[in-house]
Parts: sequence; C-alpha cells; structure tokens
Amino acid sequence: MRDVAIVGVGLTKFGERWEAGLKELMSEAWLSAMEDANISRDDVDMLFAGTMASGRFTGQEHVAALIADQLGFSNVPAVRVENACASGGTALRQGYITVASGIHDIVVVGGVEKMTDVTSAEASTALGGAGDQEWELFQGITFPGLYAMMAKRHMHDFGTTEEQMAAVSVKNHENATKNPYAQFRKKMTISDIMESKMVADPLKLLDCSPLSDGAAALVLAPLEIARKLNDTPIKILASTHATDTLRLAERETLTGVKAARIAGEAAFRHAKLTPKDINVAEVHDCFTIAEIMAMEDLGFYKKGEAAKAIAAGETALNSKLSVITSGGLKGCGHPVGATGVKQAVEITWQLRGEAKDRQVTKADIGLTHNVGGSGSTAVVHIFGRTN
Amino acid sequence: MERSSARLWRKIRARYNLVGNECQSCKSEYFPPRPICKKCGKKTEMAVKKFAGNGEVYSFTKIRVPPDTFREEAPYYVGVIKLEEGPMVEGHILDDGREIKIGTKVRAAFRRMYVEGDEGLIHYQFKFEPI
Repeated sequence: MRDVAIVGVGLTKFGERWEAGLKELMSEAWLSAMEDANISRDDVDMLFAGTMASGRFTGQEHVAALIADQLGFSNVPAVRVENACASGGTALRQGYITVASGIHDIVVVGGVEKMTDVTSAEASTALGGAGDQEWELFQGITFPGLYAMMAKRHMHDFGTTEEQMAAVSVKNHENATKNPYAQFRKKMTISDIMESKMVADPLKLLDCSPLSDGAAALVLAPLEIARKLNDTPIKILASTHATDTLRLAERETLTGVKAARIAGEAAFRHAKLTPKDINVAEVHDCFTIAEIMAMEDLGFYKKGEAAKAIAAGETALNSKLSVITSGGLKGCGHPVGATGVKQAVEITWQLRGEAKDRQVTKADIGLTHNVGGSGSTAVVHIFGRTN
Repeated sequence: MERSSARLWRKIRARYNLVGNECQSCKSEYFPPRPICKKCGKKTEMAVKKFAGNGEVYSFTKIRVPPDTFREEAPYYVGVIKLEEGPMVEGHILDDGREIKIGTKVRAAFRRMYVEGDEGLIHYQFKFEPI
C-alpha cells in the first residue's frame, strides 16, 4: 500500500446553475482541479465520477466516459460511482484504493449533480430512491420524513430541541456567507428557521438542505510523486466505508447512524488519531439533526450531548472545533454526487491555508463524513498536512 | 410515476397480510421477509410468519410535502411501528384526530393507499390505526 495525497482541487459555484448543464459543470470542476495540480490530460491514468441520479435528473447516464470525452482524454479507464448522497465520498475512496494499490498513479476523482432542471416533486422521487423503494418511498415516506423520524426519537430520548436543531442551520448559513462557492450567502436567525414552513415534523424547510447544481473534483497521486507536483500535498491518513440496512426501521438505533460510527472508529484507528486531534471537519448535514448525530457518531460528543454543544457555539468557525466551514449541505448546497468530493476540497483548502475569510487558524488535521440514504452508507476520510 | 402492476402484485402477500418470515434456527423474525437470516449470516430454513399487526409507535412524523403519488392524502402521519412480536415496520398511521405520540398503541388495518392517475390502479396495503 502506498501513501496517497491530494495534489489538486476544483469546485464550481453551487446553486441553481440554469446556464450550465451536466457537461459544463463537470468540465469546470475537473479542469480546475487539473490546473491546480499542474498536470495535463496526458498525465491522467484513470477517472472516477460520482453521481447519484444523473439519469433521473437529466436523462444522461454513462457520465464517467462522458467526462473523459469532454476533457479530450484519449481512452483512459473511467468509472461512475453511485452510493446515493455518498457517491462523491465513495468515488474518492475508490480513487484512493486505486492509487494506494499501485495500479494507477494519477487519478482524477469528481462528483456532480444537476438537479434543478426537474420539478421539485420529481427531484424528491429521485432522491427517495436512496431509501427502500418498496417499503419506504411506496409508503409515501419522503427523505425529510426519514430524518424527521430520527429527529423525533432523538428529541424523545435525549431532550434535543427544535431550537438546538435550528442552531445548526444558523451556524452553517453563517459560514456560507464567507464562501464564494455557496448557494446561499445569507445570514439566518433561529426565528427564521423556526418560522420556515414545516416539511415533516419537526423538520422545517430551513432544517433541510436544498436542491442544487454543482460539481467538485480532486487529483490524487502517490505521495512520492505528489511532492514533485505540488508544494502542499495533503495526505489521506484514513479512508473508511461502512454500510447498514436500507430501511430505517431495521436499524439497531434511530438516533444515530451505526455505519458512520463504524467508519469513524476505523478511520481514527487507521490514522492513529482520536477525535481530539481533528481541527476542522466537514460532516454530512443533509438535515440539521444529521449534523447532531454525526458529531455523536464520530465521537466528538457523547450520545445526547452534541445538540447542546453546537447551540452553545462550540463548533463555530475558529472555536473549539470548526465544523462545516464551507457552509455545508445546508448553506453551500447539496448537489448530491458532488457533496462528498466538495467536502474534501474544503478540507484541502483549509489544510493548505487557502480558505480565506473562513480560514481556521490551526488547520493541521481535517475530517470528512459523507452519508448515503438515511444512514445505509457512510464514508469517512481523515487528511493531514505534509509540511 | 405509473408502473407495471406486476411490480406491485409481487409484494401483495406481505403488503396485504403483514407476512414476513422467521429463521427456524435462531427464531429471528423479519418483516419484510429476508432471503437469508441476518443474525445467522448463512442459509437456514426461513418459514412464513404472519404478524398479528399489534404494536406501538416507536417514532413518527407528519408528511406535509408529499411525493406526487400521495398528493391527495397530504398531510398524513407515517411512523416506525414496533410490532409486539419484535420487528419494526414503517407505514402510515391513520389520522382520526387523536394525538399521535411515541408509545401510542396501534393495530394494522387494510386500507387504500393511493390511486394511480385518474383511472389507474388503486393500491391497497396495511396502515396502522391508533387503538
């Protein structure tokens, strides 16, 4: 196994990108990552492209070969990766495995979703495919509905409140105001969140991540080559992945994501680190309750204690632990296939010291946490500076 | 989205009768039925198991932004129901005006789910009604 580093990153602006289709979004992100890495198309050995439902959203499948074609690559292998909202994180892990194994040297990993060309009802049905079609979506249980039932039980068991959940959204919107790539650059207050339209009790519109267009990309290389390409390679210290039942009802618990707990514990074990060592983290805040559970699943807080701590500001930018400096799925946007890759782009910027207005003062070790479905897939990465 | 009826008929036994299965080796019970016992992790004899349909609300929500198929029904309650035999099941909870809470006792009842289009299939299934 070889050490693997990120040597280039690229990101598009997230949001309603009416002027850009799937191809334009992918090309923009992949090309900027390759430019950032200072490589040309002839250097690239393989591509991975994460997308959840490009066919449902745009009619276009076969997107990995498509991006290879768009960028004028001559015949390199290219593979699409789909793991619902964790498609991007999983694509990164497949790229990591490919480089670590020694099979390929320079691998470009990207993620994309073009979601706003369909009606929100169509988008909701497409996203519902991340759960169990026959026993969840058929029952009329929407995605916010699944997380709402997790939230309801979390409130019942631990006394978590709707105001504490709202505080997650306020924090992430605040960070998004400092991110030029973010879909929403507008401060929100607790009452803005509390007064927004109820979607699935207790989750309101502003507890939920939006529909977004966007793409993100990373260039991976073995560490020994990375040092020749780049002054600031970011090393991947751990790359882990776990699964659980598709159906929420069959899980061991509704108040946490067991797959994330397993992937998190393995990541800390592989990296020989503990949660206390992390300076900056991008966790999967598809709904406000999801960030609360993530902070508990990853061991940053004991079960039932994260909501209070987040509401008290312990995870704000440049506090005890800076969580979701990008603005997250909530504030920066959630083009589902791009999200897991975008999280790694943000951590790379933070560890290189290039995050500008939202730079974390001490950023040596970062973590990403990407979840698919209501917790059926979880992918965790830990990253470190090399200088 | 309209779908072929075969896709739905395949599941009629489980949907109409709350039928799952039970591992004859470790007695773990499953709904919906599983092809292999999750606990044993190997091929064991799986026998048909009909659940009585009594249980309590483990968690729930009220869906206010429904998928297209349930446009006419919204808002509606859905929940995770803990059956008295053990397994947890997701489904609709009938709204008879009473307050639904975690712990509310419910029983399964055969009901109409939704109609596909103006002249499409009418889908039936169990729903849970508060006792």
